[in-house]
Amino acid sequence: MTVATQGDLSTLTSKELHQLIVNKDISVMELVEVFLNRINQYDPQLNAYITVVQDKARAQAIDVDNKIRSGELNHPLAGVPYALKDLFCTKGILTSCGSKMLSNFISPYDATVYDKLNQAGAVLLGKVNMDEFAMGSSNENSFYGAVANPWDLSRIPGGSSGGSAAAVAAGLAAYSLGSDTGGSVRQPASYCGISSIKPTYGRISRYGMTAYASSLDQCGPMARSAEDMALILQTVSGFDVRDSTSANVPVPDYSATLNEPLAGLRIGIPKEFFADGLDADVAKVINEAVEEFKRLGATVKEVSLPNSHLSVAAYYVIAPAEASANLSRFDGVRFGHSCDAPTNLQDLYERSRWEGFGDEVKRRIVIGTYALSSGYYDAYYLKAQKIRRLIKNDFVAAFNDVDVLMGPVTPTTAFKIGEKSDDPIAMYLGDIYTLPISLAGVPAVSIPVGFSDNLPVGLQIIGDYFNEAKLLNVAHQYQQVTDWHRQSPSQFTGA
Amino acid sequence: MAISKAEVVKVAHLARLAIPEDRLEGYTHTISDILDLVAQMNAVNTDDVLPLLNPLDATQLLRADEVTESNQRELYQSVAPRVEDGLYLVPKVIE
Repeated sequence: MTVATQGDLSTLTSKELHQLIVNKDISVMELVEVFLNRINQYDPQLNAYITVVQDKARAQAIDVDNKIRSGELNHPLAGVPYALKDLFCTKGILTSCGSKMLSNFISPYDATVYDKLNQAGAVLLGKVNMDEFAMGSSNENSFYGAVANPWDLSRIPGGSSGGSAAAVAAGLAAYSLGSDTGGSVRQPASYCGISSIKPTYGRISRYGMTAYASSLDQCGPMARSAEDMALILQTVSGFDVRDSTSANVPVPDYSATLNEPLAGLRIGIPKEFFADGLDADVAKVINEAVEEFKRLGATVKEVSLPNSHLSVAAYYVIAPAEASANLSRFDGVRFGHSCDAPTNLQDLYERSRWEGFGDEVKRRIVIGTYALSSGYYDAYYLKAQKIRRLIKNDFVAAFNDVDVLMGPVTPTTAFKIGEKSDDPIAMYLGDIYTLPISLAGVPAVSIPVGFSDNLPVGLQIIGDYFNEAKLLNVAHQYQQVTDWHRQSPSQFTGA
Repeated sequence: MAISKAEVVKVAHLARLAIPEDRLEGYTHTISDILDLVAQMNAVNTDDVLPLLNPLDATQLLRADEVTESNQRELYQSVAPRVEDGLYLVPKVIE
């Protein structure tokens, strides 16, 4: 190994790591060992990983080293070690969804995204922690325990893809795939100072990604740079006959447009995202980032998303309603947790489900079942879908005038572990800036743009349907003139 | 309270969740708070608005009715709690 230290390697982007492999500065096996050692050394403080697949990773490293040497493999992610949120099915590996319900579930098949990354020669290090069934904003709702934020171990990393964000921020994986239903890649990326993208609904196949709310769920890459996100998105996107909601829309070359200049870019600032409730220090960091885009030649105007304040209400009907239907598959019969000594079939169902699910999941199942039940459907689910149309229309109107929208990802920086765990409403209200995007189904990136009290602040950049290339271009240009995305928590950058 | 304890018990049963008596008060309280939050929607007139079922307004994709998968019963039953002779075991249903 001719590169300096293991600590240095952990802060490199996927693109840089791949270049070291191609230059023969390091072998895939050596790189995998570096990350496995780091997980061993640092993960006990973070609890980011649920499962580490040392043996599989080493076997895959040998295979990929051989294939790169023989010229059989030249994908830009070949040899780069990554982690998957534990809701992506991986054959022969525990896929727990952060739940007691699936704490014994060895998936019998592979998710499409995992299959695509395997073909690219990416090396899986393990499966990372998450809020149970992706329901939560703090990663405290996990059967496997809370995850710590690498920037301040007393704080949450965000959720539900909290393990993904913590692992990437601390250099325990070069990148990760999370999932985003109401902000679950953007919010933890913001709290942990990394980059993430929630693509347009339908952009990435969800085959093998455990369902939470099917009209909202989308897979999202989490990485160290916009350039890395372009490579990852390129690899995992595209139509899949196995996902009936996947979009049959061509995938552009995301890397090809990264270097387009931003002169003339029209940025819209939704005034509702800067109203009461936004922390003043966070607002200051966001405004400074917007100033940077002006220096890059963009023009800025205020726009309005007048129905965005209804997002929390509409989301907490639609998502639980769909979750209650999706989670009805857990019956204690075919897979997952099954209670001891059931007295009859109803007892088997009711006790297996009560014992297997955690409190937040059960709350959402009850809310969702209520919203769909006879006599309440119109007042709740149908009403929420109509509100959803109004929210979508706001975005459609805004994109008539501007190319992208910019605003905060969250009203504050990462809060303390335990601070909101007894107050679900307070937790839900923190999703106010990410939910409108999810309900509309448009894409958005979250990139680090500074700090408030030594905690990372993320900027959300929102684009029109299937315009991920523009978002990545805008984020990349910002990352060419700033270095917030290259900052790493000092506690984890040692050898 | 937006929802009563009796309604929570009924809905929990519909969702096949055995909610223990000592947890009922807490669940009812939190679920009521959430329903109060959700009630914000009622302030908006949506009479002429079409519901949005899919953010792309896409309809369900159909394919030809052809067999595309092989039977993998043993593989899928390998993760089942109780199986015998290729069958899932459940408590006796008919006396």
